[in-house]
Amino acid sequence: MPAFDLAVTTRRELNAALHALPANTNETHWHVANPEGAHALAAGVNAPVTIEIDGHAGYYCAGMNQLATVIVNGNVGVGVAENMMSGRVHVKGDASQAAGATAHGGLLVIDGNASARCGISMKGVDIVVKGSIGPMSAFMAQAGNLVVLGDAGEALGDSLYETRIFVRGAVKSLGADCIEKELRPEHEEILTKLLLDAGVEGVSPQEFRRYGSARGLYNFHVDNASAY
Amino acid sequence: MDNSHIPQTLPRYSATFDPHTLSEIRRAAATGIYDIRGGGTKRSLPHFDDLLFLGASVSRYPLEGYREKCATDVWLGTRFAKKPIHLKTPVTIAGMSFGALSAQAKEALGRGATLAGTSTTTGDGGMTPEERGQSQTLIYQYLPSRYGMNPDDIRKADAIEVVIGQGAKPGGGGMLLGQKISDRVAAMRTLPKGIDQRSACRHPDWTGPDDLEIKIEELREITDWEKPIYVKVGATRPYYDVALAVKSGADVVVLDGMQGGTAATQEVFIEHVGIPILAAIRPAVQALQDLGMHRKVQLIVSGGIRNGADVAKALALGADAVAIGTAALIALGDNDPHHEPEYQALGTTAGAYDDWHEGKDPAGITTQDPILSARLDPVAAGRRLANYLAVLTLEAQTIARACGKSHLHNLEPEDLVALTIEAAAMARVPLAGTNWIPGQQF
Repeated sequence: MPAFDLAVTTRRELNAALHALPANTNETHWHVANPEGAHALAAGVNAPVTIEIDGHAGYYCAGMNQLATVIVNGNVGVGVAENMMSGRVHVKGDASQAAGATAHGGLLVIDGNASARCGISMKGVDIVVKGSIGPMSAFMAQAGNLVVLGDAGEALGDSLYETRIFVRGAVKSLGADCIEKELRPEHEEILTKLLLDAGVEGVSPQEFRRYGSARGLYNFHVDNASAY
Repeated sequence: MDNSHIPQTLPRYSATFDPHTLSEIRRAAATGIYDIRGGGTKRSLPHFDDLLFLGASVSRYPLEGYREKCATDVWLGTRFAKKPIHLKTPVTIAGMSFGALSAQAKEALGRGATLAGTSTTTGDGGMTPEERGQSQTLIYQYLPSRYGMNPDDIRKADAIEVVIGQGAKPGGGGMLLGQKISDRVAAMRTLPKGIDQRSACRHPDWTGPDDLEIKIEELREITDWEKPIYVKVGATRPYYDVALAVKSGADVVVLDGMQGGTAATQEVFIEHVGIPILAAIRPAVQALQDLGMHRKVQLIVSGGIRNGADVAKALALGADAVAIGTAALIALGDNDPHHEPEYQALGTTAGAYDDWHEGKDPAGITTQDPILSARLDPVAAGRRLANYLAVLTLEAQTIARACGKSHLHNLEPEDLVALTIEAAAMARVPLAGTNWIPGQQF
């Protein structure tokens, strides 16, 4: 198992080694020690490997991830898994702002809480937050699913496009054009799968409420001007 | 009494409430929505026309046209990137999106730029195969919306341009109205077809120069420090914005004046936010000089570049290269009088057509309509653009030789004078026939 101790080697060496991996590599499990909050750890990986980071990571951990599974045994800074395309990122602690921002695919699991703007402009990723999320989450979110087992802060789903939002706890307020919608059987199916994938047990999909776009701002109308 | 012999005073329009202003008031009253259009500012502004070159004479000697070498090449991204860009001409093509432009127009821009030995740039909608396939050097824009953004395309790009703003609408986000959101555009942007797309004005995962530094670091890590990172700003506070871009780790700063075009935004934004490029270049260069980074971090300026004289003047003021957008579209065939009957049917005339957001462009450039788009032959249009780029370069060379310069980058502010006090103050060169630079102590 390749191991990198960032107390004695550099982030550049780690990322360069990860970027050099062929798709059929046998080196499938990587261990990173002493991250000390370094930024852009395991960013731009494009191989089906598992990278386990023991400690706290800084900004943009697993940024633009493709195929890899990145596990952080700690907290992460701003923009974890930003623009992820595929693969899985699992944060065992809390996440700072903009978790999963603009991500197109894959699964982001946060065991703790996520700060403001979680899932901002998400474009197809699935995000499961076992704790609560901060204000302005799912702002202009375009596609994918945001599942929150705890509470959501102010202005959830402001200017939302087609992302589905599921919240089990309280929502402080909804943003412009975001409304509560009926939780239908097909949504329960989505939730069941995502909860299973995220390793959540003992929680029923029926405990969630669904939020989505009212689609009232999709085309400009003068009578909606106050919402702009 | 018969007054028919008394001369009548001619009807007189108000300078304040002129016919255009009156028509806009009536339009606003009828619709309740601001006017949206494409292009850049249409008002008269201090510009490169207000500067003149002092050719060589007794005190300096010129270079022989056609015989003595006047180089035009430029290196971009030499600060940190392992693979900086080398272009044959300092005239580059500015970022314009697939979505705003047809796929044929994007392909033509790539073809023309490649023939001329320069770069072209994607826009707020991702990279198309047509564009990448025909562009020898392609700059990939990294915008707040991140539409179509993916690491595979980043790896295919020759440089990354982090867009913070543009001259036509500094502080504003993108706008692409439903008429142009076709199936392909919608799929590339992960949006429902036919909606009005108003993209964000701030990046979703960073705020301010300290975060930008970390973001640039991430982009460098993802690309293994190979590709130059540009930072593009609209001209507003150029001294501070350029200094902060340099502090954040940019290899290249792109500075876009208010004459720079947009695919669509509010008319009030285009005409009233930002400053002319003439006023922005010297403060930007001053920032680079104060940091000891002039020529180390390259400066690309844009906004109203039309001919080789504009290119030469921008370079003489300290820029390393320029970018053209509107002029490139004209070279492709935009607003061509050939389509005059169709422009008239749209309520406008060739040369004034700016409703690019409506997607009805008779020239097939600012549209997603398959029938209109098919009118533009990317090969022929690319040739026209290459010809135009060659003329810009030759004209700039002509001026540089007349000033005795063996490289376009040897042009300097001392080669220039200004025709107006405003231009002298903005460009920080003397008023012609004097040694007076307004605002500077003697």
